[in-house]
Amino acid sequence: MTTLEIRDLHVTVETDTEEKVILRGVDLTINSGETHAIMGPNGSGKSTLAYAVAGHPKYTVTSGTITLDGEDVLAMGVDERAQAGLFLAMQYPVEVPGVTVSNFLRTAKTSIDGEAPKLRTWVKDMKGAMEALRMDASFAERNVNEGFSGGEKKRHEILQMELLQPKIAVLDETDSGLDVDALKVVAEGVNRVKENTGLGVMLITHYTRILRYINPDHVHVFVNGRVAESGGPELADRLENEGYDRYLQAAAV
Amino acid sequence: MTLLTDKPTTHVDPQSTVGAAPEESRAARLTSFEVSDFPVPNGREEEWRFTPVDRLGGVFADEADDIRGDDTNGIDHPADYDVSGVLDLMGPSLAPGQAPRGTVLVPGDRGAVVASAHTPEALYLTLEAEKEYAEPLRVNVHGNGAGRLSSAHYVVEAGHHSKGLLILDHTGSADHRGNLEVIVGEGADLTVVTLQRWEDDAVHLGQHDAQVGRDATYKHISVSLGGSIVRVNSNVRYDGPGGDATLLGVYFADAGQHLEHRSFVDHNTPHTQSLVTYKGALQGDGAHTVWVGDVLIRKEAEGIDTYELNRNLVLTDGARADSIPNLEIETGEIAGAGHASSTGRFDDEQLFYLMSRGIDETNARRLVVRGFFADIIAKIGVPEVVDTLMAAIEEELATDMAATA
Ligand SMILES: Nc1ncnc2c1ncn2[C@@H]1O[C@H](COP(=O)(O)OP(=O)(O)O)[C@@H](O)[C@H]1O
Ligand SMILES: [Mg+2]
Repeated sequence: MTTLEIRDLHVTVETDTEEKVILRGVDLTINSGETHAIMGPNGSGKSTLAYAVAGHPKYTVTSGTITLDGEDVLAMGVDERAQAGLFLAMQYPVEVPGVTVSNFLRTAKTSIDGEAPKLRTWVKDMKGAMEALRMDASFAERNVNEGFSGGEKKRHEILQMELLQPKIAVLDETDSGLDVDALKVVAEGVNRVKENTGLGVMLITHYTRILRYINPDHVHVFVNGRVAESGGPELADRLENEGYDRYLQAAAV
Repeated sequence: MTLLTDKPTTHVDPQSTVGAAPEESRAARLTSFEVSDFPVPNGREEEWRFTPVDRLGGVFADEADDIRGDDTNGIDHPADYDVSGVLDLMGPSLAPGQAPRGTVLVPGDRGAVVASAHTPEALYLTLEAEKEYAEPLRVNVHGNGAGRLSSAHYVVEAGHHSKGLLILDHTGSADHRGNLEVIVGEGADLTVVTLQRWEDDAVHLGQHDAQVGRDATYKHISVSLGGSIVRVNSNVRYDGPGGDATLLGVYFADAGQHLEHRSFVDHNTPHTQSLVTYKGALQGDGAHTVWVGDVLIRKEAEGIDTYELNRNLVLTDGARADSIPNLEIETGEIAGAGHASSTGRFDDEQLFYLMSRGIDETNARRLVVRGFFADIIAKIGVPEVVDTLMAAIEEELATDMAATA
């Protein structure tokens, strides 16, 4: 059982002109096996929260804490956070020219486990995970994210999650830009990992659509850099009908 | 230094750092065997404006090689040539003006003209017609001391339908100026690799000219890793339709190092092809690389196809890459002509992405730099050159990591 605990998190980003305040006191606790949907309008700071957890250097934590089973995540480097069991499926995965998916995955797996995976099981695991995500075998020899369609990029993120087996995963708008078929494939992948490994999930999304395929235990409405309201799955239904207007008006006051 | 705390990715537009393209056609550039036709450059000349000519005094000198010692104590040459790998191919050496010497290469600058003038005997290698040479042919050049003036001229003639690979390997140190003159016969397939693995204090100017025969294939691969100042010009023209030339270059410049590559493809013949690809990485203060790629498509050169590309990866602050493609087109009847050039900083987003998958910074940087070179390394296709190159890149990266740790 693993717990990711975010307490009173304040984060700024450095722009050309200023230190812009984005997160204004986020509280969130995610345990193994739980799925927390984070829903909010564009620009509310959802990706910033994801990046702050992963340790992106552009974002500065000005106060608050992030711990994983009591360990200070903020004291860890980006690679150490991944080694500790955190994973971020990015909203905009980055191209790495000249580095094949297979080389990338093997290097990542070796780094996370501290030793190279056994060749035979690794090849089998990779093949199996790719098949389950309906990815063609030739995919492994393409360069990381280079020329990938939107859907391929997202599948590739979930493929990494399946193979690296994190304890807690942050999925940043993994549903955006996917058609229904791709959405189902990706959601199945997430559910499979949850079932097999007891993964805890922070599911960041703008739409309720993905929640038809991945059932959240908790729903948090994220507005203006903090959690405005938390509830059960029913909160998602209300957002579906009412949108974010109510919260935005409240935040503007 | 930690890259993650670096400035965000920037793109240095090479065109913004240079003036207008030369107004004169590349075809009009002077070539001559007369030393007096090429005064010592002052750095304002179009073809020398990027080169630190003030550090090149020695190698421009109109003087004979720095040969020391005597017959009793032994002669000490500025550079030693190991030709044991090409003995079967060696013919009698060629004096200036003795054909085929001078039929393809006419010096185009000061370095080449003094190299020519001070090489009384040029090494002459012939690949037998219709013979395939299974093993690489090697000439190892080893400089015997920094600042010692050394001149060379090699003539390589690949007989019709011959096939071979020649590796010219430069190590040690000298003030070296070397010309390479290549005649690729009809239907022949010749690859020339020139490795610049000099010590840090070496200076090397080179002019490598090739004439590509009808239906012949020529590949020139320049790998520059060592040396204080290295400038290798790779030029090609054709002697019949169907000729195919590939000019490749890979370089890795460290602090204070100047690595310059110029290429000139003269499409003087219809239905010929060329592909020019140079890629380089730079790191450290004052690391400077230059690539100038000229392509001239003459009026008569209908149906040709050409593409040239240069990419530079700037790993640290204080390094500078100049990159200039020049495409001159005198006929509209071509199959294809294009160029691309870019210089980019090391991408911190790539580093973040890889590290967020648990990969440590050292390995993440390695992956990115190796990835950058992956396509050109695949194009090189000569296993032993690829191995040498990969090892050198690893070493450069290790040096950098140690320096910044
Ligand atoms: N790297 C950045 N540079 C400048 N502004 C940023 C940066 N990242 C986020 N922001 C700003 O912070 C706010 C929140 O952005 P983000 O976290 O991406 O929101 P969301 O993911 O909810 O759409 C926005 O106003 C956005 O413009
Ligand atoms: Mg976002």
